[in-house]
Amino acid sequence: MHPLRLTVNGKPHDLEIDPRVSLLDLLRENLSMTGSKKGCDHGQCGACTVIVNGRRINSCLSLAVTHEGDDVTTIEGTADGEALSPLQAAFVKHDAFQCGYCTPGQICSATALLDELKRGEPSVVTKEKVELVDEEIRERMSGNLCRCGAYNNIVDAILEVAEART
Amino acid sequence: MSEHEFKGIIGQPLDRVDGPLKVSGQATYAADWRGTTPHLIGYIVESPVAKGRITSIDTKAAESCEGVRAVVTHENAPSQIPFGERDKGGRFAQSHAVMRSNEVRHLGYPVALVVADTLEQARHAALLVKVEIDAQDGIFNPETHEDQAKAPDGLDGSDEVDTEDGDFEAEYASAGHRVEGEFHTPSQHAAAMEPHATVAEWDGDKLTVHMSIQILSDGRKAFANTFDIKPEDVHIVAPFIGGGFGSKLGVHNEAILAAHGAKLTGQPVRIAQHRRNVFSNGPHRPRHRQRLKLGADENGKILAIHHDALSIMARDYPFAEAAASPTRASYATKAMRTQHRVVEGDIPKADSMRAPGEAVGTLTFESMIDELAHSCGVDPVEFRVRNEPEMDPHSGKPFSTRKMRRCLQEGAEKFGWQGPVSRREGNWLIGHGMAAAIRPNLMQPAEAEIELSTDGHLTVRLDMTDIGTGTYTILTQIAAETMGVAPEHVTVKLGDTDFPETCGSGGSFGAGSTGTAVADAAKSLKDDLLQRAAKADGEWKGANSKDLRIEGANIVLGSRSLPISELGERSGGLSAKGAAKPGKEHDTMAQYSYGAQFAEVAVDAVTGEIRLRRLTGVFDAGRILNEKTARSQLMGGMIFGIGAALMEESLMDERYGAFMNRDLAEYHIAVNRDVPQLDIHMVEGFDENSNPLGSKGIGELGICGAGPAIANAVFAATGHRVRKFPIHMEHLLESLPPLDG
Amino acid sequence: MRPFSYSRVADDKAAVAAAGAQNAKFLGGGTNLVDLMKHEIERPETLVDVSRLPHEEIEQTESGLRIGAAVTNSALAADAVVREKYPLLSTALLSGATQQLRNRATTGGNFLQRTRCQYFYDTQRACNKREPGSGCDAIGGLNRFHAILGASENCIAVHPSDMAVAMVALGADAETVLPQGGVRTIPADALHRLPGDTPHIDHQLAQGELITHVVLHKAPQYQMYRKVRDRSSYAFAVVSIGIAFDLLEGHFMKIRIAFGGVAHKPWRAARAEEVLEGKAPSRALFEEAADAELAEAKGQGDNDFKIPLMRRLIVASLTEMTSAQEKAA
Repeated sequence: MHPLRLTVNGKPHDLEIDPRVSLLDLLRENLSMTGSKKGCDHGQCGACTVIVNGRRINSCLSLAVTHEGDDVTTIEGTADGEALSPLQAAFVKHDAFQCGYCTPGQICSATALLDELKRGEPSVVTKEKVELVDEEIRERMSGNLCRCGAYNNIVDAILEVAEART
Repeated sequence: MSEHEFKGIIGQPLDRVDGPLKVSGQATYAADWRGTTPHLIGYIVESPVAKGRITSIDTKAAESCEGVRAVVTHENAPSQIPFGERDKGGRFAQSHAVMRSNEVRHLGYPVALVVADTLEQARHAALLVKVEIDAQDGIFNPETHEDQAKAPDGLDGSDEVDTEDGDFEAEYASAGHRVEGEFHTPSQHAAAMEPHATVAEWDGDKLTVHMSIQILSDGRKAFANTFDIKPEDVHIVAPFIGGGFGSKLGVHNEAILAAHGAKLTGQPVRIAQHRRNVFSNGPHRPRHRQRLKLGADENGKILAIHHDALSIMARDYPFAEAAASPTRASYATKAMRTQHRVVEGDIPKADSMRAPGEAVGTLTFESMIDELAHSCGVDPVEFRVRNEPEMDPHSGKPFSTRKMRRCLQEGAEKFGWQGPVSRREGNWLIGHGMAAAIRPNLMQPAEAEIELSTDGHLTVRLDMTDIGTGTYTILTQIAAETMGVAPEHVTVKLGDTDFPETCGSGGSFGAGSTGTAVADAAKSLKDDLLQRAAKADGEWKGANSKDLRIEGANIVLGSRSLPISELGERSGGLSAKGAAKPGKEHDTMAQYSYGAQFAEVAVDAVTGEIRLRRLTGVFDAGRILNEKTARSQLMGGMIFGIGAALMEESLMDERYGAFMNRDLAEYHIAVNRDVPQLDIHMVEGFDENSNPLGSKGIGELGICGAGPAIANAVFAATGHRVRKFPIHMEHLLESLPPLDG
Repeated sequence: MRPFSYSRVADDKAAVAAAGAQNAKFLGGGTNLVDLMKHEIERPETLVDVSRLPHEEIEQTESGLRIGAAVTNSALAADAVVREKYPLLSTALLSGATQQLRNRATTGGNFLQRTRCQYFYDTQRACNKREPGSGCDAIGGLNRFHAILGASENCIAVHPSDMAVAMVALGADAETVLPQGGVRTIPADALHRLPGDTPHIDHQLAQGELITHVVLHKAPQYQMYRKVRDRSSYAFAVVSIGIAFDLLEGHFMKIRIAFGGVAHKPWRAARAEEVLEGKAPSRALFEEAADAELAEAKGQGDNDFKIPLMRRLIVASLTEMTSAQEKAA
């Protein structure tokens, strides 16, 4: 067992854990926060995406012990208090999900993506500077598989929020 | 029921009522459920061989690992009825026994289950189980064992296995234009984002399972038939399902294994299949070889159609995919022959995957039709219009509704169809292609109940599931509109075998069947309420209940109104039941949903990489129950079609019977960037022969036609017909133009 | 995952000391190692977390850049200098994986990611890389993604990294610290090895040797990276190519070409470079270079197409780069 202190959605945790536990399993099993989903457990689907120190990562491929002192935000912490965040609301409005299983990962991913856009970080389709076009969002969201096929609606939801921010 | 009674809430693009739960991580899928007792975690040990008998199994090392509570093998598994028995209710209800004997049924078949306190403990211990298997040769490829091919006892969808209309040989011989081809479509996996998962808990002989399943009523029978217990003693809970696409119609190995583990340990056991498990412990769409021969006359009228399909079936699991079935209802022809053969193999369960039959059958058939149109020198849209049948070509039955012509013509207009365009744009070879879509429209029995509580709120209950289909939402709309109340006054509860039995989700029959049952229940409750109102209120005494109506949660007559909550309170709550069953029109008429799809692809002139640029679909699915969720259903289907044309294949190493690309890095489903803006149009309609709601199936329609439209566009771009799906760059390399410069 | 001991180290010295233990592994972003540990393809007894070593800086040097090994792929790709002067590297990085993975994957770790061969991943099948001496089921099996160059009868796996291809094309150097103390510099194209009789060894690093920095030298005038893949994103390369050169009076100078997806290592196309170096660009020259490089290419069945594909890619890429240059001139 190994000690671990980290903050999840603003709440500090002081834990003793098996070093084999992934960040995803720590959230789901040790902390009973089942919003983050396990779709592949190997970084191939994005359903487990959470935000660590402001950056989105696949929580399934990250050993929890490596997150000493980190600040983790999950889907349970993305809402504005009781109300849905603008992205969450836009996902509902645009029907940006069907079964909903990939949705927590999509929304965490999109939440971090908005900050990446703000910082002007490039994607492989970026030319000189980042532009708010479909292709940018599609490329940047390609790490979140959606088998139901809500991709078009996901792009619409993200663009709506991104445009409102600029 | 006439059309106007339903005007209003039904059809509106209402946001999903379960949306807020799903976007906030509060929707509880099977593996999210946490009871009061901590769950033990099960991990499956898979067989490395496809066929054989276990000769020894050593679990000592695993058992001595920290946290391990039990290792289940065929030697200590609870008693079960043999796999495949008691199958009167079909393959979903039959015994799904796992590890009943030392027999290995397929590669990846469970040979042991390790149950431990944590996933980390179980996963590590699972690798310490030592198993010896006396391996035998298995059958994995129907083509190499075609000598063992047989006509299946029945086809999925209970179509006729073979058909013969007219004299195919004579008509084909006389045809001025003849095309033929042999096609291969691969095994595919539904790859729902949620892997199959189950939490099982026993209380004596009573079993409770939280699991990911599309049809609860069959699942209940499956557990009962496997463990020789009463169906009433099986309680299945499945409020949210993380995608199904057919792969969760029935129970799969983890479900039975969780029950084994729970029995042996006396504690609830949770097994979430890991992604590699899903490829062998979940079902897959079987591979097919299809042969097509088509003939047409000088005027571009089809004379002869031959379509045969050879596929593989898992032993003792009667699923034969009806690949040539959609062909039977597609075009007018003088002669038509269709045939299905299967070889029994030592493979994981072959089963339904979204649009079984059509997804592979129209992929090849609509590609071949394109070739025939090309051969006749007729525009592919015009060719299809010209060969539209007036009645079902095989059965001679009238179509309930058939708006194929309109789909074709509207699609051509929306897309800007100018024939199979082929042009160069810089480094890209651009091609346009199109195809028709057809998918049977089914109806199944279903029941539902509705309850008015003392506070005036309505609760609808049925064991239907919402697998992303929008069922919670459309049933809310149907109940609200039928009752005459706003959707906020209705709560729909699904996914629990304690609720009235339905057909569940599958075959695109869910919405029409269960929606009708809900409407029926709501109608009964409404009639009851109005009659009570007519009796209850002094001033209305003697009024005819037919003159009363419900408006905004009030019963109204003239200037007076009475809140329904008051009636609820007075009566201590009211409830009503409803039911639906297929009408005789499902026997006397040919019922289908239709569509036409148009694709623009770009092929890299250097590498042959294929990218989809545009996809337009126009669909006739009868009455649309929710414009927003219906569009999403079609969109999802179209993306499955993209996958079928360009990406998806479960590759088996036939030396071992092993699927090798058993993860989402290697089994490619479309990613966001693979999908362009999809242009979707729904032809308005009301099919009164389908069900009282006027709707037709929509969940599988979008996949039909999308794949062949793309394949036909690839032909337009490159001049090359690829008859092996998915189409990859290597198939096109030799057809690419010489390099520039 | 087998139980292991975990430690986080503060400096290089502590890192190499801790990694001296039997069966120890460095843990960077973990995006590949944790993946493999879950399958017990990797079974370290000791994990030495080097992700917080003070190697997260990208320093400008006199002629180029010195990149800390812990710099993440996303940070490196977004770096203004990298984007401006080494677009080959930025493009390669952004062509690989996804933002989530790039946010964790490190510069040092990316070099050392292991093959995606399906037989390597499937612990039920024979794989000399995973279990020396067990055989290679990819030969005679499903091998669409496998090697056409430098393979052996023991292994036909390919290296999956996009970044490493770029680093080879850019002539980067890796700086390491050795377990016994001391440092050394290894050219990127000498870091990895061919499978030969020992395919279980991917690279030249000693047990406990730690990559601390990657050095980029003067930026070539012309650069490009092109990845060929089935999906438009989030897919490993079927093949890829990185090309960098200067032009002096219309002649190729210091041309470097590297291929991905064709060999057990990022493949430096030395024979092609030799044909091109010092010559004026022409279609005939490009074809000669491609033919020279692919002369000994050998398909395994499913991957035979990679040979004509690679040939087309080489010729088309050089044509595109030089014609763009012509137009600019």
